[in-house]
Amino acid sequence: MKIQSRRRIANVTGVALVGTLALAGCGSNNNTTATSSGSSSTSASSTGCATGTLSGEGSTAQKNAIDQAITDYQTTCPGATVNYNGTGSGAGVKQFTAGQVAFGGSDSALKSVPVAGATVTEQAAADKACGSPAWDIPMVTGPIAVVYNVKGVSKLILTPAVSAKIFNGVITTWNDPAIAAINPGVTLPATAIKVFFRSDSSGTTENFTKYLAAAAPTAWTAASGKTWTGKGEGKQASSGVSNAVKATDGGITYTEWSYAKDDQLAMAQIDNGGGPVELTAPAVSQALSLAKQAGTGNNIILKLDYTTKAPGAYPILLVTYEIACSKGKDAAKAKLLQSFLKSFASSGEQAKLVTIGYAPLPANIQGQVNTAIAALS
Amino acid sequence: MPNITGVSAVDELSGPERHGPPQGNRASTGRLGDRIFSGTARGAGILVIAIVTLVGVFLLSQAIPALAKDKVNFLTSTQWNVDATPLQFGIANLLWVTVLSSALAMVVAVPLGIGVALFITQYAPRWLRGPAASLVDLLAAVPSIVYGLWGLQVLGTHMDGIQGFLIKIFGRLPLFQDAGVAAASTILTVAVVLAIMVLPIVTALSREVFAQTPTTNMEAALALGATRWEMIRTAVLPFGKPGVISASMLGLGRALGETVAVTVILSALAGSAPWSWSMFNGGETFASKIANNAAEFDSPQKAGAFMAAGLVLFGLTFIVNAVARAVINRRKAFVE
Repeated sequence: MKIQSRRRIANVTGVALVGTLALAGCGSNNNTTATSSGSSSTSASSTGCATGTLSGEGSTAQKNAIDQAITDYQTTCPGATVNYNGTGSGAGVKQFTAGQVAFGGSDSALKSVPVAGATVTEQAAADKACGSPAWDIPMVTGPIAVVYNVKGVSKLILTPAVSAKIFNGVITTWNDPAIAAINPGVTLPATAIKVFFRSDSSGTTENFTKYLAAAAPTAWTAASGKTWTGKGEGKQASSGVSNAVKATDGGITYTEWSYAKDDQLAMAQIDNGGGPVELTAPAVSQALSLAKQAGTGNNIILKLDYTTKAPGAYPILLVTYEIACSKGKDAAKAKLLQSFLKSFASSGEQAKLVTIGYAPLPANIQGQVNTAIAALS
Repeated sequence: MPNITGVSAVDELSGPERHGPPQGNRASTGRLGDRIFSGTARGAGILVIAIVTLVGVFLLSQAIPALAKDKVNFLTSTQWNVDATPLQFGIANLLWVTVLSSALAMVVAVPLGIGVALFITQYAPRWLRGPAASLVDLLAAVPSIVYGLWGLQVLGTHMDGIQGFLIKIFGRLPLFQDAGVAAASTILTVAVVLAIMVLPIVTALSREVFAQTPTTNMEAALALGATRWEMIRTAVLPFGKPGVISASMLGLGRALGETVAVTVILSALAGSAPWSWSMFNGGETFASKIANNAAEFDSPQKAGAFMAAGLVLFGLTFIVNAVARAVINRRKAFVE
């Protein structure tokens, strides 16, 4: 009895330890990849270095990517310090508009229609804070994986309509004829489908529901937004939904690619009508290259083509923007920001992001981004 | 002799030294030390009142504009739609989940806490009292994120059986209906974790009051032939009741406002989920709802809606404490 209870205590401490390690792991994870690949990077050294301190705040979706970029930039330019605080897109825009940070990170571009209850648009407020037009510069591409955990099923193809019906609770078991029809040769069990969603408001949810609304307009009737409108159980953050799927037979969710890879979860192939596409960096870049520029000039607002039928294009993704003043109030800071963004958008840095779960900007968009960065002053 | 008849020793004094025991405000002698002390004490009191009032004012000022635009009944609606116009938000779900999880937590924690306190003060051998008390207090030092992870990953895996058993026996009652949420993430699991979190508060305060039971009362009970349990029932528990009540209320306040552990454990439900009274359902409490959405307050109206929810929690805690105070005041006469 005594031994048993002692073992139980050991179990508890063990879990507490694992929890702490896992949390600590989040922070240190990037550093190791940075040091292993940082020395080989010479692409950033072609950028003119600037000195000083720069701070940014916003989207958590791009946090790992920007941390990597910051580490690399600071290695190349020892005189520069860049800080990025991942507090959420809303907070990033707010802090940028309040003039607290030199650049904001956001999952969506500044809105030119007023949000509910506000009198000025985000764009107008940011322009006013800058004293010059504020620009949205797409920088990080975050693929969204549809991950599942069904015993004995290692390959799964989903169409937009079937995904929508799974996520709004119309299809409730894995051996539903609708799933079987698009997965010939796969033996599906009668397990109940357990849908998990992000309980915190997030850009991942927003982009995933936008995809469902655009690609399956008849099946997905709920609204799209940062808050989930389908069915299922809500878990906190990407780690929460990923862990829930991992622990639940019959579970399915949408999550950032890096979490799907780290937790070794099975990812569904997406068939928009042009054949099933596996989630790979080139497939995501290809889908992004089809996005339309909805902004004007150097204010690059990308309108993603979620319905694309292009073969080999993976359509579920999100793009995070860096929001910056086209004419910085502080010349030295503006120069540092320009130099940092230039290094961030460089092909070397973008390619490196693939190892931590992001996709590189496609060439056509990278060109526009570089033009915009060069025009910053 | 006059001492026995109730005449104080001061009466015996004569001359300039003759004055009664200091009373009330006149206790101040006007010396610098006295004035500094009474000033700081008064300042501390005013500061606390000011902080609480300002928190209330802040919540009100943020919430009122959003509440004015709310198109559904704020208290009875279950909708939460703050992104679009018209603004529709109500707190019925949040209120139910918050109250249910905290109430269940108290059902577990209060009897357990009283039991632990009685064991430590009445039954435990003297050498065990100190270590046992410290160990319980140590529970209060565990960060709530650890409780959250433990609840989800350890306790949660053992809740399946308990939950299945309860559903099998009481399943027909609305409170015990199966809601299809994984056992590790139900309101009941949260309640058990909350109970463990408030246990040290209930235990520590109860222990203190039980320890102060007048020895004469206890000895009198024992002398009249009471057993140990009868002595506790007739002497210790009545004496400690107000203390136990205020300890419970302090614990309840913690349970109502707990954020991180609840956010980690409890499964949120989509807005379209049907209303359920069940303790095996998921949901969000006031605090977890605000925490889940705090990063994306992009409009004053949206923030206002969440502040309004926070205001209800503020009010709820206030009411709970006021009721507790009233109960304690009514009991006081019995104790003295």
